[in-house]
Amino acid sequence: MFNPHKLARLSPSRLSSLNGQCIRRLQSTVPSSGEAEPPPAGGHLPSIATSAFLRPTRDSALRLPGLRWIDNEIPGSISSSKEGAGDIAGRETRKMNMYQAVRDAMSIALMKDDTAVIFGEDVAFGGVFRCTMGLAEEFGRERVFNTPLTEQGIAGFGIGLASMGQTAIAEIQFADYIFPAFDQIVNEAAKHRFRSGGQFGVGSLTIRCPTMSVGHGGLYHSQSPEGFFMGAAGLKVVIPRSPIQAKGLLLASIRDPNPVIFMEPKILYRSSVEQVPIDDYELPLGKAETLIKGSDLTVLTWGTPIYHCESAIHMLSSPPSSLAHHIPASLRSAKIELIDLRTILPWDVETITESVKRTGRLVIVHEASRTAGVGAEISAEIQKRCFLKLNAPVRRVTGWDTPVPMQYEKFYIPDSLRILDAIVDTLQY
Amino acid sequence: MASLARIRPRFVPRLSVGVRSLQTSADSTQLATDAHHSEPFRVKLHEHSFNAYRTEVPSLDVEVTKDSLLSMYKDMNAMRRMEMAADALYKQKMIRGFCHLAIGQEAVSVGLERGITPDDRVITAYRCHPFAVLRGGSIKGVIAELLGRQDGMSHGKGGSMHIFTHSFFGGNGIVGAQVPVGAGIAFAQKYMDKKVATYAMYGDGASNQGQVFEAFNMAKLWNLPVVFVCENNKYGMGTSAERSSSNTEYFTRGDKIPGIQANGMDIIAVKKAVEHTREWVTSGKGPIILEFVTYRYGGHSMSDPGTTYRTREEIQRMRSTQDPIRGLQRYIEEWGLASEEELKKLDKEAKQEVDQAVEEAKTSPFPVEKDLWTDVYYKGTEPPFLRGREREEVHYY
Repeated sequence: MFNPHKLARLSPSRLSSLNGQCIRRLQSTVPSSGEAEPPPAGGHLPSIATSAFLRPTRDSALRLPGLRWIDNEIPGSISSSKEGAGDIAGRETRKMNMYQAVRDAMSIALMKDDTAVIFGEDVAFGGVFRCTMGLAEEFGRERVFNTPLTEQGIAGFGIGLASMGQTAIAEIQFADYIFPAFDQIVNEAAKHRFRSGGQFGVGSLTIRCPTMSVGHGGLYHSQSPEGFFMGAAGLKVVIPRSPIQAKGLLLASIRDPNPVIFMEPKILYRSSVEQVPIDDYELPLGKAETLIKGSDLTVLTWGTPIYHCESAIHMLSSPPSSLAHHIPASLRSAKIELIDLRTILPWDVETITESVKRTGRLVIVHEASRTAGVGAEISAEIQKRCFLKLNAPVRRVTGWDTPVPMQYEKFYIPDSLRILDAIVDTLQY
Repeated sequence: MASLARIRPRFVPRLSVGVRSLQTSADSTQLATDAHHSEPFRVKLHEHSFNAYRTEVPSLDVEVTKDSLLSMYKDMNAMRRMEMAADALYKQKMIRGFCHLAIGQEAVSVGLERGITPDDRVITAYRCHPFAVLRGGSIKGVIAELLGRQDGMSHGKGGSMHIFTHSFFGGNGIVGAQVPVGAGIAFAQKYMDKKVATYAMYGDGASNQGQVFEAFNMAKLWNLPVVFVCENNKYGMGTSAERSSSNTEYFTRGDKIPGIQANGMDIIAVKKAVEHTREWVTSGKGPIILEFVTYRYGGHSMSDPGTTYRTREEIQRMRSTQDPIRGLQRYIEEWGLASEEELKKLDKEAKQEVDQAVEEAKTSPFPVEKDLWTDVYYKGTEPPFLRGREREEVHYY
C-alpha cells in the first residue's frame, strides 16, 4: 500500500533513491501471492522485462536498423564511418541498462572530443540517476563538474560555452526543472544561428534531462515537457526508448550541429536492459522507427509508452479472459503498426504520413497532457495530409489536462488498457 | 501603492554610507606633465573618478598620446553620427521594429574597445550598435542590418539587437540573458588556457534579473575571467535606478565579487578602468564588476520619447555639462593638441563616413524570400519542410 509517511519523507529528496527502489520493485514484479497485495505505485509494466523491442543478444544488437558506426577519431568526418549492419565482425556488446548506455555515450564523447565538458547539478558524483558515474574520476573534475542549483544559469552558461565552439553537455536534473531555463533555450539557443545570419550557432550544445513519469513523481518529477519546445524552430528534441537507442541518439545529438534537448524517460533508466554495442555509433535524428509493421491502424508514440503500446497490441490479438468480452473477435486479427517517433522536433512527417495513408487510422500516445500537446500538432498535420485516406478521426491517448497528481499518477498516465480501448474504438469507428 | 509612492521619497537614501559620490563630469582630468604631440604624456584623473568595493581603486595616473585621443574623438563622433542617422532613418520609417540608441554613452563603447584586445570577447544587450562596429564590423553593416538588408552584418535577419562579429557575441534582445552566456564564454577561454577576458555587459535595469546573480555565483565559484560591466545610464526603460533597485551601487552587488565604479562620461577614466579590470581577470583573480555611470540622452527605444519619467531640464543639463565628446574635445583643445578647426575636420570626416555608409546601405537589396528558410537549422540537417507565412507557403528542403 502507499505509505504516506514514506512519501512525505522521501519526496523532497528529489527522488533519487526512491526512484531506484521503486524500479527495482518493478523489475522483480511477479504475480503477487497474496490477494491483499496491491500493484506497485507505478503500475505493472508486464512487457518491459520481456519486450520484443529490447535486444537480448549480441547479434541482434549489432544488426540494429539505421545504426552507423563511427570508427574515425575525428567526429563528424564521414570517411570511415560505415552504414548498416554488414560490418559487425569483431564488434562487442555489453549488457547495459539505459543509464549505463547514456554514460557510455558521454564517455565516448569526452574521450574523442577534448573540448567536451559535462556540467549540471550533482553530475560530478554521478548524478541522481547515475548517468555520469565515474566520469569525473576518469576525465577530470575540470571536464565533469557540478553547477549550482541554477537552471537558467546552466542553460545560459552552456550557450556561451557552445558559442565558443566547445562541446557543452548540460544536465538539467529533471525535465520538470527546465522551465527557468526556458527563456535561454527558446530565445537564445534556438534563435542563435538565425539571428546572426548563420555566423554564430550553439550547435554543440546538448541539454540532457530525465523526463516522463516514474510512478510516484507527482507534480514536479513526472512531467513530459517536450511539447513546450515544439514551436521553437532551431531546436531539436529527442527522446529514446531503450539503452541501445539512448546511446546512438545521444551521440548523434551531441554531434548534431544544432542545439538538442535530449529527454531520457527516467523509469527506463534501470528497467530497460539490453545488449549495447560498445563501439561508437550513431542513430539518425529526425527519423521515426517502425517497430511493428501493420496495415489496419498506426499507433505512434515515444519513450516509456512504447512498452504500454506493445502490451496493448498484444492484448488486442490475445486478450486475457477478463477483457475478452470487450474485444470483438473480428478485431483480434487486426494488423497494428507501431512507430517510435524518437525525434519530436523536427518530427518525421514523411514516415507517419506514409503509414497512415496505408492504415487509414492513427492513435497517438503520449504522457503529457492533451491540450496543445505534441499529439495535437501531429494529428492536425496528419488530418490535413491524409484527410481522404482516414477511416477514423485521429485519436489521442494522453495524460489528463491536470497537473500530474501525486496519489493517482497511475491513472494519469496512459496505460495499456486506455491504449487498447482507443485502438478498439478507432478500429470500430 | 499611491500612499507608498507618496511616502517613498522620505526613505530614498542619497548614498549608502561609506561610498563617496562619483565624479561624473566628462572633463575633470588634468595634465600631469606637459602635453606632447609625438610622445606619450601623463594626465591625472579626478580623484573621485572611481569607487571600489572589496578592492583598490585603479591608479589615477594615466598615460595618453595625442593620436589616441584624436582617434577616440573621431570614433566617438562617428558612433554618435551613426546613431543619429539611425534615428533619422527610423523617423523616415525606413527602419522598423525595435531600435535602441546609445547617444550619450559613447565613452563607454569607444573607451572599452581601447582598453581590450581583439582576442577578448564582448557580449552585451540590445544597445549594441557601437560595439558591433568597433569590434570589427562596419557602420554600413550596422545600418544595413537596421534597414533589414542583405549587406547587414546578420544579412538582415537579426535586426537592431542582433549583430555579431568574431569577437562580439551580440546584441541580445532579452534583458539579462547575455550575462550567463558571458560566463560560459569566459569558461571556454579559461578552459582553452587563453589569457584573455570576457566583458559581459548589462544595464542598471537588467541588474535586477535573477540570472545575473546566477552568473555572478558561477563566475566567482569557478574564478572565471569575466568582467561584468554594468552600464548604468540611470534608467531601466522608464524607471529610474532609485525606483527599481534597492541598492543602486551596482558595483557592490556581486557579494564576494569585487567591484569598481567608474566615471562613464570621461573616456580616459573608462579606458583606465577597462585596462585595470582586464589585468585583474587575466591574472587569475576571478571575476570583477565594473559599473560605468553614464547617461542616455534619448529614450529607451525609439518608441519612448524619454521625457515622461525625467525632466527635459535634466537631459539638457547632462548634455551641456557632462557630454563625453565635449569633454574630450576640451582636453584636446586645452592641452593644445589640436585646434577647433582640426577637430571640426575630424567630425566632418566622421559625418561623411556615416553619410556614405547610409547611402550604400540603402542600395543593398532586401533579403530574398528563400533566406527565410536558411539558418534555422544547420545546413543539411533541416527538417523535411518548414511552414511559411501563408497556408500554401511551405518550404521543402
